[in-house]
Amino acid sequence: MRATVLVRPKEGILDPQGQAVESSLRQLGFPVGEARIGRVVDLEVEATDAAAALAEVERMCEQLLANPLIESYEIELA
Amino acid sequence: MTVPQPKIGVIRFPGACDDRDALWALAALDADAVFIRHTDTDIGGVDAVVLPGGFSYGDYLRCGALARFAPAMEAVAGFAAEGGLVLGICNGFQILCEAGLLPGVLRRNESLSFVCRDVPLVVDRVDTPFTSRCSPGQTLTIPVKHGEGNWFADDDLYAELEARRQIVLRYAEPVNGSRNDVAGVVNEHGNVMGLMPHPEHAVDPLLGSADGALILSSLVEAARERVLTPA
Repeated sequence: MRATVLVRPKEGILDPQGQAVESSLRQLGFPVGEARIGRVVDLEVEATDAAAALAEVERMCEQLLANPLIESYEIELA
Repeated sequence: MTVPQPKIGVIRFPGACDDRDALWALAALDADAVFIRHTDTDIGGVDAVVLPGGFSYGDYLRCGALARFAPAMEAVAGFAAEGGLVLGICNGFQILCEAGLLPGVLRRNESLSFVCRDVPLVVDRVDTPFTSRCSPGQTLTIPVKHGEGNWFADDDLYAELEARRQIVLRYAEPVNGSRNDVAGVVNEHGNVMGLMPHPEHAVDPLLGSADGALILSSLVEAARERVLTPA
């Protein structure tokens, strides 16, 4: 089963990378609002069903893929 | 009676670059400084441990996030849990935060630029094993060199840390966007400290400042006391 994990800076957490990209996009003439930068992790998970895979990937996020102090995550299964 | 030399272990992670400077500085300050490999599961009866600066595991994922899985880090966590003295410098600080041995997290500098210069630091606490040689409120000059030194804790955590007096060092001027200019923190029991500045690069006036020796010699002294009066 394939899982995609989206890790984002939590709301309210300063994201200087996003700010730098936002200002660069504006300089290029794109009138964008706030830009935020996260990370994508694609995984192949061995699990019997979707619920088990989800639980497994959640544990991965809590233990390693995201730092809960500053990042939130979303998991998509395919 | 001869004064014993405390044994201080410097952990070498792949990608560390300040391990030799840390070893040299500790030896110059009269410690029996030894390297410990990241693959060692036994840290071999040391009186204190230093996690040096560098870019362990290429800073992949997040700085320090992967080093905590090194076999030696399990031994360090056990050593710290028993009250052992642990000092993390720069990447070592990032590793200790990711390992949950210190509070907070080090993020990308607010400016997004790598910062490499001498910075003034104010000592908030002198009653720790890492700052006993400093005077209260003293300003130290010690270099920083990092891209991810922007320490962060949310409001609740920060209030707890202030209440428990876990903030030990602060920058006297803005350096990297760190919350309330925090440069160094201790754990709740005061036996683990992390700081972004590099005391091992400031142990001789020839290097521009010898203020880093105050931090490292505090550690050597505290480790020596543990040799004389084991817990």
